Order: sequence, then structure tokens, then C-alpha cells
Amino acid sequence: MPKKTYLQAINEAVRSEMKRDPRVIVIGEDVAGGQGGSGEPGGVGSVFGQMKGIYGEFGPERVIDTPISESAIIGAAAGAALTGLRPVAELMFVDFVGVCFDQIYNQAAKFRYMFGGHATTPMVIRTAAGAGFRGAAQHSQTLHPLFTMVPGLKVVMPANPYDAKGLLIEAIRDDDPVIFVESKFLYGMEGEVPDESYRVPFGEANVLREGEDLTIVAFGAMVPRALQVANALAKEGVDCEVIDPRTTSPLDQQTILESVERTGRLVVVDESPPRCSLAADVASIVAEQGFRLLRAPIRKVTCPHTPVPFAPQLEDAYMPSPARIEEAVRATVGFN
Amino acid sequence: MQLSQDELKRAYRRMYMIRTFEERVVKESEQGNIPGFAHVYLGQEASAVGVCHDLTDEDYIGSTHRGHGHCIAKGVDVRGMMLEIMAKADGLCGGKGGSMHIADLKKGMLGANAIVGGAPPIAVGAALTQKYLKTGRVAVAFTGDGASNQGTVFEALNMAVVLKVPAIFVFENNGYGEHTHVSYACGAPSIAERVRGFGLPCEVADGMDFFAVHEAMRRALEHARGGNGPYALELISHRFLGHFIGDPQAYRLPHELEAARAQDPIPKFRRRVVDAGLLQDADLDLIEREVEAEVEAAVQAGLAAPPPDPAKSLTTDVYKTYA
Ligand SMILES: Cc1ncc(C[n+]2csc(CCOP(=O)(O)OP(=O)(O)O)c2C)c(N)n1
Ligand SMILES: [Mg+2]
Repeated sequence: MPKKTYLQAINEAVRSEMKRDPRVIVIGEDVAGGQGGSGEPGGVGSVFGQMKGIYGEFGPERVIDTPISESAIIGAAAGAALTGLRPVAELMFVDFVGVCFDQIYNQAAKFRYMFGGHATTPMVIRTAAGAGFRGAAQHSQTLHPLFTMVPGLKVVMPANPYDAKGLLIEAIRDDDPVIFVESKFLYGMEGEVPDESYRVPFGEANVLREGEDLTIVAFGAMVPRALQVANALAKEGVDCEVIDPRTTSPLDQQTILESVERTGRLVVVDESPPRCSLAADVASIVAEQGFRLLRAPIRKVTCPHTPVPFAPQLEDAYMPSPARIEEAVRATVGFN
Repeated sequence: MQLSQDELKRAYRRMYMIRTFEERVVKESEQGNIPGFAHVYLGQEASAVGVCHDLTDEDYIGSTHRGHGHCIAKGVDVRGMMLEIMAKADGLCGGKGGSMHIADLKKGMLGANAIVGGAPPIAVGAALTQKYLKTGRVAVAFTGDGASNQGTVFEALNMAVVLKVPAIFVFENNGYGEHTHVSYACGAPSIAERVRGFGLPCEVADGMDFFAVHEAMRRALEHARGGNGPYALELISHRFLGHFIGDPQAYRLPHELEAARAQDPIPKFRRRVVDAGLLQDADLDLIEREVEAEVEAAVQAGLAAPPPDPAKSLTTDVYKTYA
């Protein structure tokens, strides 16, 4: 199978869906780039290059550069979706959701329910998330918990290139609004990605490593970190199972509960402040539905309850590091 | 209006300070001494300095992601700025904010802002404070051409008119928002024309000319301080570099950049004051040497300064007292 990056996988997914379905459009800031400038348009393809070349292939009617107006971008995508298109809107950094949350939260997410099941809003919001780039408080957040708590939204967090392509194709074909959270940290990650089109279904966790001693559930950029720790500890005879739920809404609770049934121990790793995080959510589900399965308290490995700091020393301490994951695993395994 | 020699020197010092500081930011960034990304103000010096020239420490400005120039023009300490940009514990924000969040409330600098269109509503609030407390001060919101299309900006303009607050909206039109030209992104014939539609005066001035900016700003201040409500300026300017350091700028052809550089506000200012006999070349040369030394000292201090200690400061300042 050909090797591709997470970034290429995203690009391929959008291209292949645009080829397949003329109703799919791309809309956002600098998704083409260069409009109105003295140079040629289309040279940017989104700020991390996610949409590179797509303008050249599909043209200005289907790859729509917008003013810097997130409320109108996301709202227009919702309106277009409601009336027959299948927009793939880009929110350049997830942090900018503050500008346009109403269009997501009160509008797109609620159309189907509010309108008695008569509305369909097949839109995808692709957005880049995560810390580790010294981008400071307004360019480094994850915010997936914010989306996950909204009924009507589906929330996808691909953790490898294969899933990025398959989940994005699934998202574009899905008839509900989907928030597709791209990890900035993983854009350069390489993996095997088939050339042809394929789908990875929502709500089906990926078990990356089977193990008997402890279950680690991790999301997005935290998945490779959790796996790294699990592989290192395996050499010492600590046998961790590593689960990547792939989507936070819907969430594959069953795979998590079945795993904890075997291991009796759970560590959840989530790049978010701790309160109302996915770590808190998974912990509450397991505490409520799997109380008798547990042989140790559940441990959450999260960021602190602070904005994302700028200085590298502070930001590194902010992130759930492999060392902190390892410490939590050891403490949980050692609990009697 | 004729400015005194001291005022002219101050204006030149600040413009040259922005130039020197930003060139150094580029260099230090390329050498890996500045974490993250920085957007520099090179080319636009006359705008910030012209706007801030008659502001006091009690007047407020709200800035943008391209905020270093605004800070320097408002009199913020360059050493504290450099330390912050270099992510040091003694930076203006303790290394927590960085380039895009430099703030210095004592200098009336309400923060750079990494959310495009973030500042104008805040400036309306700062202007409301001035009206309420009858201070006679104003609040200025810097906004780019790209940011001018943000809904927050429209709401702020309208509300400033409705509340009749002493807010001054400064639209720095440098032609591009990231990689998109203003002619594409702004649907109205011009930013100024659209702004006037909100019911406030908006002047267009040459943002590459300190004197043009300063004159326009003088009228803006007279209007706002006189209790007549908000005022706006559209400053036509150019950024000499790309959107960020290292931007390849395929969207902008070299001839456009050359034309922009030909309008460099710093030699323009020098020619004008020397030709008019207001200052001597030697005066300006001396300022340049002093500024260079100050920036060098700030960089050396920044390189030597310790980073913040996570054990001490990671979880502080979230609330007044962290619990
Ligand atoms: C809400 C929001 N949307 C998008 C961005 C990404 N972004 C940062 S700067 C910028 C361009 C701003 O252009 P302009 O207002 O003209 O300012 P300039 O960079 O020219 O100084 C964009 C799109 C952002 N930071 N915040
Ligand atoms: Mg601009």
C-alpha cells in the first residue's frame, strides 16, 4: 500500500469526493488563496496545504475563497447544506469557532430536530486543532469537548493517515453536520493509505494494541503518545490495551467497556483542560456503567485548567506528555 | 500643523524603532530564538506612529496579530516586548502571551489579538468607559483590511455610533488579508465607503506618510474628544514582507512589492524634514544609532533571560487567585 501523510490523506479524501459528487464544494479562507492579488490564484490551498491543488482541479465555482467572516462561512455552509449542496467548510484554526459558534450550535446542529426531522444538513467543518506549536492561547486549543456536548453534531478526531482519509470520506457522505478535527501535530505523520476511496465508519473504535493489564483510551494527537508509552511499558511486562475511539460523537462506549471488563483499569488521555473533557466523559461512562469492573480508580491525563501558554517550557508542561501518561499507568497498575 | 523638533524626533525614533525591532525579530526568528510565528509590521511604520503620536498613556489602543508596531508607537518598552516575544519569564506577559498577545495596560495597550476582528468591540467598551467616566480620552481599534470583513467589526462600528462613544477605528489597508487581496474580499467599492454607511465619518489617508496619517488622526481626535462620537480612518499601506515570516508570497508579484518599497515611509520622512530644514541628517543619524543600540540591548537581554518556570507560573493568573 502506498505511504502518505495525514495531510495528503485529507487532500485525497476531498478530491475523491468532489469527483464523485458534484454537490460537494469547498469553502473557507484561502482554501485557494491569491484571489484578487497580482499573482495567480490557487497557490495556497489552505494554510497548512490541506487543500493544495484542489482549486486547480475543480476551479473557483467549487473551491470558494471567502472574506475573513467565519459566521458567514459556517452559516453559508449550513444554509447550502440545508438546500442541497454538500459543503466542506474550513475553519482555519478551531480556536476561531468563538466567532461563529452560533451558526454551528444553534443553527446547523439543531435543524433536523427543531424542524421535526424534516431537515438534512450534510456539511463538514474541517478545522486544525492542538497545541505544541508555540501558537499561544488563541491558536492552540483543541475544543472537541465543546462540540461533543452539542446534540446534533458528529465529531471526528482522526489519529492516523488511514483514518483521516476514510473518516473524511465518511464525513462528507454523512447527512448530518460533522466537525472534522484535524490534528496539526499529525499533519506530517506517514502511514499506509490506499489510493482508492474507502470509508471508516463513525462510532467504531480502533484498538491499536491489545493488552490485559490496563486500558488506555486516547484521542487524536494523544493516540501515538499513548501507544509509545504502552510499547515502552510492554518491555517491563506491563501490558496495556490502547483504544482510539476515532469519533467522540458518536462514541464507541462498548469497545471501551469491554476492554475495561478484561483489564479492570483505565487511563484516559485527552489534550484538553480536565473539566468536562473527553477524559471526564469517558471516566463518567465507565464509572457509571462499569463500576464493578474497576480494580483501581480511573486516571485522567489532561492539560491543566488554564489557557494554552506561549513559552515552550510552559506549553510542554501543559501538554499531556509521555512521562505523565506513563506515571498515570504505573500508578493505576500499582493500585491495590 | 507644524510639529516641534522634539516631536519630529520622537516620531522618527518610533518609526525607526519599529523598523529595527521588526528586522531583528525576523532575524532572531530565522535563527530559532523566537518560538512560534510572528507577523511583522515592516513597511507600515508611519501608520502606527502617526495614529499614536498624540495619544497619551491614558488613551487606549486595541491591536491585531501584527501588533509590534502598535506597541512601539504607543510607547511600550521594547525590552519587555523582546523578552515576551522570546518567551522569557520577565517578558511583558511573563512569557504566557507571546508576539500575538503582547499587552501593556499601563501604556493603554489593550493587547495584540490573534483573533481577527477581536479588538474593535473591546475598543468600543474602552471608549464607553471614557464616556462614562468623562475622562476625555479615546480608544483606538486597529483593524486590517482582511479583518474589516468580520461581523464583529460591523457590530462594533454600529454600536459605537449608537452609543456615541469616543472610539476611533483605524483600518490599515495593506492590500492583503493573508493571501487574499482586498479587492476580492471587500464587496464595497472601498472600506471607507462601507464604514461611512454605518453613520460615522471615515477619512482615507496615505498610510505610508507619517504626516498624512498624523493630520487625519488629529481630526479624528478632535471629533472624538469633542463628544461627537466615533471616527474612522482608512490608511492605505503596504507590508514589505509576507503574511508571516517565511511566506513565499506567490500571490504577490515582485513588481508590486518593488512599488511598495519605493514608498518606504522612513526615508520619505527623512527627506521631508531635512529638505524643509526642520531637522538635520545628523539628528536623525544619531537617533538611528541610539535605536540600534537599544534594540541590540533588548535582544541581548532576551537571549540571556531565563524562561518561565512551569512550577511557578503554569497555573497562575487564570483567575485573580488560582484555586
Ligand atoms: C477569527 C480569525 N480568522 C482567521 C484568522 C487567521 N488570520 C490571521 S491574520 C489573517 C489575515 C488578516 O488580514 P488583515 O486584517 O488584512 O491584517 P494584516 O495581516 O494584513 O495585517 C487571518 C485570516 C484569525 N487569526 N482569526
Ligand atoms: Mg491586510
